[in-house]
Amino acid sequence: MEYIIIIISAIFVNNIVLAQFLGICPFLGVSTRVSTSLGMGAAVTFVMAITSVVAYLLQYYVLVPLGIEYMQTIVFILVIAALVQMVEIILKKVSPALYQALGIFLPLITTNCAVLGIAILLVQKEFNLGESVVYSVATAIGFSLALVLFAGIRERLELEDLPKAMRGIPIALITAGILAMAFMGFSGLV
Amino acid sequence: MSKLQILTKGLIKENPTFVLMLGMCPTLGTTTSAINGLGMGVATMFVLVMSNIVISLIKNLIPGKVRIPAFIVVIASFVTVVQLVMEAYLQSLYATLGVFIPLIVVNCIILGRAEAFASKNGVFDSALDGLGIGLGFTCSLTLLGAIREMLGSGSIFGTKFITGDGILIFVLAPGAFIALGYLLVLFNKLTAKLK
Repeated sequence: MEYIIIIISAIFVNNIVLAQFLGICPFLGVSTRVSTSLGMGAAVTFVMAITSVVAYLLQYYVLVPLGIEYMQTIVFILVIAALVQMVEIILKKVSPALYQALGIFLPLITTNCAVLGIAILLVQKEFNLGESVVYSVATAIGFSLALVLFAGIRERLELEDLPKAMRGIPIALITAGILAMAFMGFSGLV
Repeated sequence: MSKLQILTKGLIKENPTFVLMLGMCPTLGTTTSAINGLGMGVATMFVLVMSNIVISLIKNLIPGKVRIPAFIVVIASFVTVVQLVMEAYLQSLYATLGVFIPLIVVNCIILGRAEAFASKNGVFDSALDGLGIGLGFTCSLTLLGAIREMLGSGSIFGTKFITGDGILIFVLAPGAFIALGYLLVLFNKLTAKLK
């Protein structure tokens, strides 16, 4: 039951992009086509699942026993950067097909604040290992959902005749605001 | 480029929020009031200036291939400094800004300036560059925060000027997107006129 609440909360109620403002860069940058959004969503889900496990292990088996919790930011960002590189190399070797599909998105993920944000939030919320994995995968699904929905809207928006000052990012932001409003309808669900 | 130009280019010409559109997450996430925007801007500015200074000092010692991880370590160290200082002296602001303080590390503005400016220029120029871009970021965050606070809760820097509630949506998540969107439209319109 707890897991279901975590999942619904992470996907709909506290959607990472539309309610928590993490991962806005890929949200605005990659979401011009539905197909690329799906690729980015899959890559983020993959990396977030691994990151959550690594972040949990680092926090409770390295940082806390050594009493150096204040090193969290430095350690997490370095580990995530290395991890993304490693995932890329392993994927290239083990599954070239998956690498072809996710490859171009992986380097972008290192600077995606959603990944580091999730690692820090997991520790703040004091989740155990199982909850951490469920929470981060659900969050990544929420991210993908917002991205794909938004890409669908933007594909249509491109055909509209807009005032010059509104084209591009401004109208994207306003649309995102309306999408966020729609997602607010889910609040109170859990 | 003169010293004055380095300092002032961040305000309009290379404004990180309205022109370069970098660092969108803290821009949207922390500007629920003018004071929060100002706090986030100043914290980012401090990290930007300090990391620019240190990186321009050590630029010749870092091998080209590992420069990005080295920059990230420098930036992360200063972020940790900010985190500890704010936790000690500005607890309520630290609690409001929450996860966005450690996330200054992945703010593209800072790594961008390190790579584009501090790794190629002298110490003094790099400090000015950090200060200029930081000021631009702080101004746009404070402006967005002030607008959202005025519309959303009818107050400015915490002083209420209407009775009752404002348009609540502007302090909530959707308001951030909408306010920034329309502010960008206005900015585009004005800069198009200037040209």
